[in-house]
Amino acid sequence: MSVEVRIPTVLRSASAGQAVVSVDGSTIGEVLGMLQDAYPGVRGQLLTDEGRLHRFVNVYVNDDDVRYLDKLDTKVNDGDVVSILPAVAGG
Amino acid sequence: MPSLVAGGLRDDSVLRLEARHLDEMAAHCLTCYPEEGCGLLVGDPTTGTVTEVHPTENVAHSGQVYSVDPKAYLRVDRAAEDAGRAIIGVFHSHTHTDPWPSPTDVEEAMGPLKDPTWHYVLVSLRHELPSTRSYRIQDGNISEEPVVVLGQ
Repeated sequence: MSVEVRIPTVLRSASAGQAVVSVDGSTIGEVLGMLQDAYPGVRGQLLTDEGRLHRFVNVYVNDDDVRYLDKLDTKVNDGDVVSILPAVAGG
Repeated sequence: MPSLVAGGLRDDSVLRLEARHLDEMAAHCLTCYPEEGCGLLVGDPTTGTVTEVHPTENVAHSGQVYSVDPKAYLRVDRAAEDAGRAIIGVFHSHTHTDPWPSPTDVEEAMGPLKDPTWHYVLVSLRHELPSTRSYRIQDGNISEEPVVVLGQ
């Protein structure tokens, strides 16, 4: 499966300036893993040391938040668009 | 290299917007009261110029904290990129305190994927008239920046 991943602005220095990259994988976990392997600068920005999605990070498959699907086990299909976004909050 | 001026302000750091943008932020924050109001600023990151204010739901629904609706973030981000713009910052209200970033604001600004060039706009509803200030939060340090109202 090949999906398009929309790269957030702050990670584009790690993706050679590309806003969208093509990544292989059958689940969100695999896609994020491949992304980290291809762009080492991304490592540590998306997943915690325990391998969970960082609480400051939201990941969407098309229009759906993976936290409300199967989290990192969420399946992806050819042509899906994966968006990685900062969770914006404060006090 | 940017130089430092009195008060720790970077002299190249500024938020530019129109009077209607200030009105839109204040109106949204007043509507949300007693909860904190929040929203996203879209514009040109190279000049710090706001072109659109996008009020969003505070999904925390709290008077102490805010959390921008993630789905709204996705929608605003896509539309901004398609238009050749970017999300350049966020605004939120402090319902009973001054317009100065809280420790939680600073902690959140340090998280992964946070853009150090973002503008953090605070709208204080402490007094009768809303008071709006803008800040950069970089490496845990807060620096206030001037807010320039265009067309005045």
